[in-house]
Amino acid sequence: MFRIDGGDFAGAGAVSSKIKKILQHIGTKPEIIRRASIATYEAEMNVVIHATMGEIALDATPSIVHIRILDEGPGIPDIDRAMQPGYSTAPDEIREMGFGAGMGLPNMERCADKLDIKSVVGIGTTVDMVFRNE
Amino acid sequence: MSEPEETGKYFHSVQLIEDKCKGCVTCIKHCPTEAIRVRDGKAAILEVRCVDCGECVRICPNQAKAAVADTLESISKFRYKIALPAPALYGQFRGGVKPERILAGLIHLGFDDVFEVAYAAEIISGRIREILQQPDRPMPLLSSSCPSIVRLIQVRFPEYIGNIVPAASPMRLAARMARKHATETLGIPDEDIGVFFISPCPGKVSAVADPVGYSKRFINGAIPIAEIYTKLHSFVYNASDKDVTDHLCKASGVGIGWGRCGGEVLAIGAHRHISVDGIHHVIQIMEEMGRGKLLDMDYIEMLACVGGCVGGVLNVDNPFISRRRIRELASQDSPSESDAAIAERQAQLLQTVTPDMLGLDEPIEPRPTLCLHSDMATAIQKMEQLEEIVKTLPGIDCGACGAPHCRALAEDIVRDLAVETDCVFKLRERVHELADEMAELAAKLPPAMGVLGKGPTKDDDKGNSSTAGTEAGS
Repeated sequence: MFRIDGGDFAGAGAVSSKIKKILQHIGTKPEIIRRASIATYEAEMNVVIHATMGEIALDATPSIVHIRILDEGPGIPDIDRAMQPGYSTAPDEIREMGFGAGMGLPNMERCADKLDIKSVVGIGTTVDMVFRNE
Repeated sequence: MSEPEETGKYFHSVQLIEDKCKGCVTCIKHCPTEAIRVRDGKAAILEVRCVDCGECVRICPNQAKAAVADTLESISKFRYKIALPAPALYGQFRGGVKPERILAGLIHLGFDDVFEVAYAAEIISGRIREILQQPDRPMPLLSSSCPSIVRLIQVRFPEYIGNIVPAASPMRLAARMARKHATETLGIPDEDIGVFFISPCPGKVSAVADPVGYSKRFINGAIPIAEIYTKLHSFVYNASDKDVTDHLCKASGVGIGWGRCGGEVLAIGAHRHISVDGIHHVIQIMEEMGRGKLLDMDYIEMLACVGGCVGGVLNVDNPFISRRRIRELASQDSPSESDAAIAERQAQLLQTVTPDMLGLDEPIEPRPTLCLHSDMATAIQKMEQLEEIVKTLPGIDCGACGAPHCRALAEDIVRDLAVETDCVFKLRERVHELADEMAELAAKLPPAMGVLGKGPTKDDDKGNSSTAGTEAGS
């Protein structure tokens, strides 16, 4: 379980790097590591950009890698719309930093074998990503 | 030992000089692949992880790390000797020395022929241009010219092996072309030919002895630039003009430019590209790539040494001065040559070689050295243990245990390569506990002495440690 702080752009990417290292330690296939690293980074950035704080939990077995990202934040009012490439609610100053291009969730969907998002507006969001180790 | 460290499987130019090593922690802290541990007071290199980048050679305050390579004498084993000078060699001479003097100097040292790696670099540039035109190529393509970077990707970023450009290294192409010329044109039997690379770095020395991506060796040895420098220097500055011919000099400035960082991307005309030098910077760029960034880049040139090949530890001169000299040589022939003209020349040069000489002939295999155990379920268990051990370690990464940081020690412990008390703080804790226990035992008295001694009696016995004794005594 790793903590992420909302708004911490300087530390952003640290948690996904740790997750990647763990996956390397347990002998996950390079191809899964490639996809899981990108998806975890996108998820971590979503917490940094939108939420106040969040946590990433990793659960791995020989057959699957399950990554859950749980945050306290504004939640996503319309998940289907948020899944569309280019759709973003990130404020301008964050876009100017080069983040919030509206590709986060689409990238996560592309990389994960299974993506499940549950969100309550005003409370927070839980994202579950599954990668099959086959 | 759960995953025994394989020895002798990989050739490494970088070696420890035991007498000089004081067992300090400088090298273990700087190694980009965490491949060094201090054991028995000496820095031991973990063979499977070492990429021969030479960082430890550069950083060791006691000069206890060195690059082992061939000597000039070793060429005498062959009847026909060919030198393959690295482009970086041209950067080692001050005072506007022309390449032909340097190449003539190599003949003077005893070689029968010289084939410039810079010339092959120009041809490989043309090949990379072709690959960049392929619509289904991976993005970004990663340069394959620095062998330490290729090994770094095998060890730390195996998920991006598929992005390595499938082009032969200029050094290899040069060897094949030189050998072909000697056998086919001059009729010299292949076994009589000794091809020697004049190397700026241990990475290339290892690549000569143990190539990655190729099944067959074409180069017989590698001689450090520093090894031949004194003799070469004397010829270069003292030889009369009649001893210098220019027939050996075929490389263009574009090819020589490969000797410094940025030369490769200029030579291949990539539009969206990044050039990174210094292995620690390369790691940062690879991590950036691992986050799904840089996918819009065509090409990333990555070189382990700062400044590119001129920064290799087997050079003689300052890398920044050599870099400037390479830049001058690279532009002096035709400073305003257009990219289209360069592409045209490279396309013609490509016609002079066969396609099989331009690529790899073996897949580059991952070398995933971080994996804790070959059985994944066991590896997961070990990972859980590792996390628990990390929590108990002080986290100040002092290196006194011989591992670069606390997490690396935890990793070594779960691999059965170290024990918890290798940590001086954990050892101190244990000694403290033991001292407490000794004090406690010392306070105990045999029942028969309980009354006489000044030891614990029913009045001053506050601790429960000696209760048994007093009870028995009263």
